[in-house]
Amino acid sequence: MLEVTTDWYLTLAAILFSIGFFGMMIRKNALIMFMCIELMLNAVNLTFIAASKHFGQIDGQIAVFFVLVVAAAEVVVGLAIIVSIFRKQSSASVDVLNVSRG
Amino acid sequence: MFELLIFFLPASILIIGALIVVFAKNPVHNAMGLVMTLVSLAIIYITLNATFVAMVQMLVYAGAVMTLFLFVIMMIGVDKKEQTSDSIKGQTFLVSGVFLILISLLGYVAVNSEFSWNLWFPAVEYVVEGTPQLIAGTLFTTWIFPFEIISILLIVATAAAIALAYDLKIRNKDA
Repeated sequence: MLEVTTDWYLTLAAILFSIGFFGMMIRKNALIMFMCIELMLNAVNLTFIAASKHFGQIDGQIAVFFVLVVAAAEVVVGLAIIVSIFRKQSSASVDVLNVSRG
Repeated sequence: MFELLIFFLPASILIIGALIVVFAKNPVHNAMGLVMTLVSLAIIYITLNATFVAMVQMLVYAGAVMTLFLFVIMMIGVDKKEQTSDSIKGQTFLVSGVFLILISLLGYVAVNSEFSWNLWFPAVEYVVEGTPQLIAGTLFTTWIFPFEIISILLIVATAAAIALAYDLKIRNKDA
């Protein structure tokens, strides 16, 4: 009988992280790149929770809270930047962004 | 049997949702794929005894963050064609190769029993329940300093979002 061990959760998290990384690399729309960052952050959260159960300590779940807050702050600032860029260029594609080029 | 089902059902929905996020053309579909991923992740958290974190995940991620995403998608417009040509030559091909290598490496490590976590770090016998009491007890004693710092981060992020979204030109035209 198969048993669900910590390894399975870690593998799942790694797959999720890889998919997020892949999307980050191939997509051009800034919004979708943000969603891929969320995928990667969630993959890390899953490893934290799995390790928290594995070692029987609550600190992993506290770390997830902090990641959650940082992710929320990042989304707020990032989306505000995307909106203000969109006002100027009427495009959310990252390839046309060269306003801060030196 | 039930244990396997409760792992594989959310896990497969999670991976399907993640693939929708990456490959869907319509941004609203991407956002819905992300909701799928986040909800099934919350279910997995419950099976890992992290009930409170699962609840917060639903509230903050599937609630607040996704609402923000959908707002911005509606604002920017969903019917804009995304340009698909590579700005660096062979970019998609290269990344796909790296991705395949990564996945096959992962598959090897997952299948190979030498890399089992139980061999390296023995699991504990007792179960820790992620109840609000236990989390608060640790958060407000050991982690109180990071907790205070994170409140400053939230204030700064809010102020930054307002400063960025505040359009000076439109404002001056009205006045």
